[in-house]
Amino acid sequence: MDAGNDWAAAFFGLYNYWIVVVLMMVGFYIVIAHGNLIKKIIGLTIFQTSVFIYYISMGNVDGGTAPILADNISQYSNPLPHVLILTAIVVGIATTALGLALAIRIKESYGTIEEEIIQGMDNPG
Amino acid sequence: MIAHLPILQVIVPLIAAPLCLILRRAHLVWLFALFASGIAFLTSILLLQQVMDTGTIVYELGGWEAPWGIEYRIDKLNAFLLLIITMISTVVLMAAKKGIEKEISSEKHTLFYVLYLLSLTGMLGIVATGDAFNVFVFLEISSLSAYALIALGNDRRALWAAYQYLIMGTIGATFILIGIGMMYQMTGTLNMEDLSRRLPEISQTRTVFAAFAFVIVGICLKLALFPLHLWLPNAYSYAPSIVTAFFAATATKVAIYLLIRFTFSVFGLTFSFTTLPLQTLFIVLGLLGIFVASTTAIYQQNVKRLFAYSSIAQIGYMIVGFSISSVTGLTATLLHVFNHALMKSALFLALGAVMYRVGSVDLKHFHGLGRQMPLTMAAIVVGGLSLIGVPLTVGFVSKWYLLLALIEQGWWPVAVLVLLGSLLAIIYVWRIVEAAYFKPPLANTGDIKEAPLQYLIPIWILILANIYFGIDTRLTVSVAQAASQSLFGVGL
Repeated sequence: MDAGNDWAAAFFGLYNYWIVVVLMMVGFYIVIAHGNLIKKIIGLTIFQTSVFIYYISMGNVDGGTAPILADNISQYSNPLPHVLILTAIVVGIATTALGLALAIRIKESYGTIEEEIIQGMDNPG
Repeated sequence: MIAHLPILQVIVPLIAAPLCLILRRAHLVWLFALFASGIAFLTSILLLQQVMDTGTIVYELGGWEAPWGIEYRIDKLNAFLLLIITMISTVVLMAAKKGIEKEISSEKHTLFYVLYLLSLTGMLGIVATGDAFNVFVFLEISSLSAYALIALGNDRRALWAAYQYLIMGTIGATFILIGIGMMYQMTGTLNMEDLSRRLPEISQTRTVFAAFAFVIVGICLKLALFPLHLWLPNAYSYAPSIVTAFFAATATKVAIYLLIRFTFSVFGLTFSFTTLPLQTLFIVLGLLGIFVASTTAIYQQNVKRLFAYSSIAQIGYMIVGFSISSVTGLTATLLHVFNHALMKSALFLALGAVMYRVGSVDLKHFHGLGRQMPLTMAAIVVGGLSLIGVPLTVGFVSKWYLLLALIEQGWWPVAVLVLLGSLLAIIYVWRIVEAAYFKPPLANTGDIKEAPLQYLIPIWILILANIYFGIDTRLTVSVAQAASQSLFGVGL
């Protein structure tokens, strides 16, 4: 097997991880680079979602089905990471809700949701 | 009853939180929250006694055997931390009724206690649990309520501080989640003790390295280790004083606990300190933290902000002790966790009292306070001396052990730097003393009275504890030493 094929196999064989990495970096970049408070929360949500996908794809077994007790099924996917991530999703929703609520309150008292303007108002001069 | 203490420790404040909503009347809610926190404090004393007598307590939730079920595992380190958290939480709650009167609008008082108890639950859960994923869940319970508590502040900057903390805190928690996922992927277990047995076999894989990096960076964000401390000064300055007193004494301590637990127990000493250059990295960051934060503290005009920066510096001392990775070094860190909790909660409560009477904690409003609020200012002076590390205060005990540990290793330059760092503390404490005792009162302040008793009693309980544990070190040193010895023993 030549080097090109190895590379392709590694790339496509692990495609789920590539998706996770790309999403994670996209989300992380938005959080850091954008000054708009709502966009930051969108970025944060994408960042968290990438971790959910990571957990979910980790638990998948090739050819495995849902872990239901039945006669003709012998291979199951691991349900534990899927259950764990249900908890993490709930936590993620709570975080998003709280973040948005804070953004609304900030808009009410500062009149803006742009980071730069808020910081300018807090540290004049 | 005794057999169920580990779970009661966490579940009493958890159940008490929603019950506060049913009681509704602010006065009743305060008494009830104080009662719940007091029960948690008693529980932690009993747990510590039991652990010191009979060793580690293992509690299987729902009777499911670990590693399938979640277990709570209380060893000496956990019991020590539980004691610190519940003690501080109870004493701070004593002042809460007066404390939130002027700083939080009255329709939110009940909600304040609900959030406070939830945050307490989260921190106790993090410490009590022996399951890595459970740590994440409790971490988020305590963090989410912390964001909301900080946002309760009257100043609009509190909102912005809470938002920044939310972004940074969530990134930190998600990093920890990624790390835990990677560990699970490699070992198929989430139980910490099980992890500590399985991780060494595969410790040379890149996934474990990445898992370690994610977990440590995530914890360091929560820890406010320099240079990941940016959320802390704003959050501590603009949160209501009671909230600051509670968090300054407990939240970062819980993160220190996680750091110790993951490096020493889960990943193991060899992996954390030999395979990876954690020691060099942390000692540099710890020292930088001490110097940068102490210097910044000197230039602050807002005293709450000044002590917030001083907290970052104190975290530096804990990290230096931690990175020595010897029994004495870790003892120094654990002692400082306990002692710093006593100092900072007392100091921030005293600032709360100043806020209550004066309405501001800017340095210029401290002018003449030495005569107007003698007891409160005396408390700030004793707390400040403790922060510097003057003998007969707790601050001296932990610095003493830290120096012993450094000299034991022959790290003289670091020892000298640690002492120099304490000199910086003298400067920023002196600025407050100078303003309070040597400047005439501002002309237009009117009559400022001494703080109300509900403030003075908890403040002086903590200050007297500062002095008591500075003289009689038997209890703290023996527990801290036993805890660090067990960490250097055989795994968990």
